[in-house]
Amino acid sequence: MWYYEKKLQYPVKVTECNPMLAKFLIEQYGGADGELSAALRYLNQRYTIPDKVIGLLTDIGTEEFAHLEMIATMVYKLTKDASPEQMKAAGLGAHYASHERALYYENAGGSPWTATYITAKGDPIADLYEDIAAEEKARATYQWIINLSDDPDLNDSLKFLREREIIHSLRFQEAVEILKEERDSKKIY
Amino acid sequence: MAKQVPKEYYQLLQEIQEVDFVLVELNLYLDTHPDDYDAIEQFNNYSQTSRELKNNFEQQFGPLMGFGASYSNYPFNWGNTPWPWQV
Repeated sequence: MWYYEKKLQYPVKVTECNPMLAKFLIEQYGGADGELSAALRYLNQRYTIPDKVIGLLTDIGTEEFAHLEMIATMVYKLTKDASPEQMKAAGLGAHYASHERALYYENAGGSPWTATYITAKGDPIADLYEDIAAEEKARATYQWIINLSDDPDLNDSLKFLREREIIHSLRFQEAVEILKEERDSKKIY
Repeated sequence: MAKQVPKEYYQLLQEIQEVDFVLVELNLYLDTHPDDYDAIEQFNNYSQTSRELKNNFEQQFGPLMGFGASYSNYPFNWGNTPWPWQV
């Protein structure tokens, strides 16, 4: 089971209402390489992965939910004071018509989240390489959003999240080596 | 909607966020380096520090965790604002 803790993993401040930035950020909420995809991908793989890396998948999957909450907080703060006109001008007119200011699991283009974003091959090496690629894609997405953003407070939180992707990728790469070592030692005996 | 929260809320919360970040980092590191004695010692020390900081925070600002991982005052104050996205 999980326990909820009433705090963000890292503080989230936004300088001003900016629905256009929210539209870009939603990519990391309900997009292919976003935090929801990441959390569900890792936690789902845990059941059939070798014991030695179940802990890592559990912990990174759990941290991804903390990142999802940070993204949600950013989107909420960037849009909570936006007028319908501002939402429309930011390209969120269609979103507003369907969801008002509610958050929704969709990508920056407005397509809803789908399970086809994640895979579960059942082969531990294939699954872990998938995870490494996902982290690198998420890192790149954070960089593209930072490039589009002129909000210094928001960028501080986005840089924290970008750095976390690098660490996750590194840990997954170590997990691959652990499994290869285990596989090779079995071959000898 | 959240009321104004005192400066101390942010200060104490940030101390907790810093210590808990160290714990997340050490935890992930130890997941792939389970034999690092020094890292385990750091992990246990920071775990103790985190508990102390949270006890202090909770006495002033209410429970951080649900389902009984934190104590409650009367009336039940788990649902009180602010929630994390409101500050």
